[in-house]
Amino acid sequence: MASRTPEDAIVQAKRPLSPHLQIYRWPLSMMMSIMHRATGIALSVGLLLMVWWLVALASGPDAFDRIHSLAGSWFGLLVLFGLTIVWAFHLMSGIRHMVWDTGRGLNIHQLRPGAMLVLGGAAALTILVWIAVLIAR
Amino acid sequence: MATSFRTPLARARGLGSAKEGVHHWKLQRITAISELILELWLVFQLIRMAGSGYSEWLSWFGSPLNASLLALWIISVFYHTKLGLQVVIEDYVHRPATKIAAHVALNLVAVALAVTALVSIITISLRV
Repeated sequence: MASRTPEDAIVQAKRPLSPHLQIYRWPLSMMMSIMHRATGIALSVGLLLMVWWLVALASGPDAFDRIHSLAGSWFGLLVLFGLTIVWAFHLMSGIRHMVWDTGRGLNIHQLRPGAMLVLGGAAALTILVWIAVLIAR
Repeated sequence: MATSFRTPLARARGLGSAKEGVHHWKLQRITAISELILELWLVFQLIRMAGSGYSEWLSWFGSPLNASLLALWIISVFYHTKLGLQVVIEDYVHRPATKIAAHVALNLVAVALAVTALVSIITISLRV
């Protein structure tokens, strides 16, 4: 093997490195998987809010009014809307997981339609819930 | 990998999924299905009750059906959450001491909050 010259070092330095997370476009399957986990974690936080609400209701009218004025503020409604999106995504994606469990929908050409069905279904469910809330109140 | 004289079966016994079989996987699915059914009801109820005050909610909880279904949902959703977060810890926390602490903390917090929620439901439903 020939000894390394300074020119070799320059050539080596110019060689491209293998792409990392921030370089290549995230594959759809990877995004959907990460989002399923991220929405699951976000829903755990949402569950904390649910327990807080139940404790407030059990504590009496004053605690209940405090949490309800907070929930009715623009920030509270934003959090509730965000939680609805996160819930709808996790629900739709969870159904997809259970379809996969039956051995269906695992072919490469079914990846994109499946993901789009989850995203579209989650968006539709979120909009449906909030339209129903607006009509109901 | 170093040469091992143990049979594959001996290596697999008492480890991970071989120890518990499909228990974790199965309960994650069962709780998912029960949540799916209960949330059809719960989300409908939340929409119907949107903007309700303290007294309206009190009478809602006064119905044994509402209180029971919500209690079932709480049990299911806390079990599901515990299983999900357990896998997150298994995947990302590698130091043994931290990992064990995280698992213990998760179990204690999940049980504590679930009991808090259930006791609250009972308290509210008995207040009518």
